[in-house]
Amino acid sequence: MRPSRFNDGTTLIVPAVLLLALVFVVPLIWFFVRTLAGIGTFPEILSHVWSVVTSKAVITAMRTTNWISLIVTLLVLLISYPVAYYLANNRGWRFTLVLFCIIVPYFTSIIVRTYSWMVLLGRNGLVNQVLMQLGLIHQPLTMLYTEVGVLIGMVYVLLPYMVLTLFAAMKAIDPSLMRAAQGLGAGPLYAFARVYFPLSIHGVVSGSLIVFILSIGFFITPALMGGPSDVMIAMLIERSVEITFDFSSAAIMSLLLLFVTLVLYSIYYRLTDVRRMMGA
Amino acid sequence: MTTLEPGKDRGGIELRQLTKRYGKETVVDGISTTIAAGEFFSMLGPSGSGKTTTLMMIAGFADIDGGQILVDGADIADMPPQRRGFGMVFQNYAIFPHLSVTDNVAFPLRARRLPSDEIGRRVREALELVRLERFADRYSRQLSGGQQQRVAIARAIVFQPSIVLMDEPLGALDKNLRFQMQVEIKEIQRRLGMTVIYVTHDQEEAMNMSDRIAIMNHGRIEQVGRPAEIYENPTSNFIARFLGEANLVPGIVESVDSDVATLQTNGGLVLRARAGADLRVGSAAHLFVRPERIDIAPAGEMMTNPDSGNFATGRLIQTSFLGNILRHAVEIEPAVVVTVDVKNSRADLFRAVNQAATVSWLAADGVILQR
Repeated sequence: MRPSRFNDGTTLIVPAVLLLALVFVVPLIWFFVRTLAGIGTFPEILSHVWSVVTSKAVITAMRTTNWISLIVTLLVLLISYPVAYYLANNRGWRFTLVLFCIIVPYFTSIIVRTYSWMVLLGRNGLVNQVLMQLGLIHQPLTMLYTEVGVLIGMVYVLLPYMVLTLFAAMKAIDPSLMRAAQGLGAGPLYAFARVYFPLSIHGVVSGSLIVFILSIGFFITPALMGGPSDVMIAMLIERSVEITFDFSSAAIMSLLLLFVTLVLYSIYYRLTDVRRMMGA
Repeated sequence: MTTLEPGKDRGGIELRQLTKRYGKETVVDGISTTIAAGEFFSMLGPSGSGKTTTLMMIAGFADIDGGQILVDGADIADMPPQRRGFGMVFQNYAIFPHLSVTDNVAFPLRARRLPSDEIGRRVREALELVRLERFADRYSRQLSGGQQQRVAIARAIVFQPSIVLMDEPLGALDKNLRFQMQVEIKEIQRRLGMTVIYVTHDQEEAMNMSDRIAIMNHGRIEQVGRPAEIYENPTSNFIARFLGEANLVPGIVESVDSDVATLQTNGGLVLRARAGADLRVGSAAHLFVRPERIDIAPAGEMMTNPDSGNFATGRLIQTSFLGNILRHAVEIEPAVVVTVDVKNSRADLFRAVNQAATVSWLAADGVILQR
């Protein structure tokens, strides 16, 4: 029988691709083209782009964004690794309970979760009250509207992405390898360092890239929980649109963010080998 | 090959009433046996017989619920696996995929913090021994099953353990390669003089390699002995059927006279054979005889073995051509079919299906086993 075009399934993704193109790609291009074309001639556009990209506000915001994203990624990794390890090496109700605790917040709106943290971390919030009751502190700690608040909020929101990515990588590690390492004379720490961790490293890299990519575009959590100095690039874009009505600067910053994201994504794509996962 | 030589008299193991339970189920039920230093000892049995669990207890991966494991006289129950110092070969090879062949083989040496020049030398020797020198820089995904198996063996012997545990190491290989690897493993074991405890469900593998075999069933050792000993003198129906092909003719014990007994079949035939253990006159029993020990001839023809202890005449119901042998099925009584294996020689072969045939065998080739 002659192979039909319908057999390889290409036709099946046409509606999805069309929808994505119509409601996402086309408006995006239209927005960029319109706002940038409004600036003037090509050299004028370039000089404007250059002045926006090198402006103090953008450089500071990019630095803050990268710094916060980096810290968030490291914290998320440190917290998630043991959790994912626990998940990968347990079954039954323990597995289900921990997975439940990771997954359920995932389905709750980020805004709701961020407000919950604000209630907990506020000056008279639950955390301060408990610490004062226990006599550990005498003055309430300032956690909200500081970098600490941003970090706590973002780490919490991004945790599931890392846990699930690491879990998938760890689940693929053949448990008999750890057994073999031990049987051949390696203590638990040596076996972990020489066998388990190296085999989980691609999960560490993928998870970190996902979390970092999501971090640099974060808006709600830093906007609500951060202080005046914690301005991330997404917040700067929002201000340009909402407050200064500077659409062209907003477009340029968006392009910058999109560019960084795509570069990171291409690294992620190469590392995780999406094509192999899709069986091609 | 001077460095790959463990102490000649180290590596003796004694199991004392070794027991393992999972919940209410006893999977290893009070096993006791002694394995001499330098012995190739196989545990053979169907799946679920407790052989792998026993090996895992010896390796330290399963807790002991009762009894003791003594290695050269010392109880190792409280020792974690990494301190027991056994070489281990796993069924799925368990080659570290992120390490090259060299690094895999060096792993046990690095874990023991040996100086690097000594590691290099020993790894080279071990790879030479398994003939993998040319593949030193490859990764497991670039190796065939047989090559991966050799890496696993090199890795298990490189640190000169006096005892090596092998859990169905050839299970994933195809038949021809399997035989070749059996010969190689046996050769390495002999050369290095190490004790090997080998778990398998493949009877040919166990018979080919082992000094002694323990046949396991329901968490117990049913019989232990040299391969030929178990093959010729099974002590139970289970052993007779499990190891090789066996004829088991049912009947009633008619007489027991020290080492010779007679069995009367349901059809009234009286057959002589050696007496198995605990045989009582009048009780139900089976006569066991290997198919290759029975002669077959057309009924009435001169038998090659006129002094055979047992004769029976029946009907040849089927002949199967198996290449090196011809397998005849002869119904000597209603519902009693005896299998007779005849070597495929150039002589005229007796293949007249549905003809009357006489089968005969020596009394000494049969054993009467209590049912």
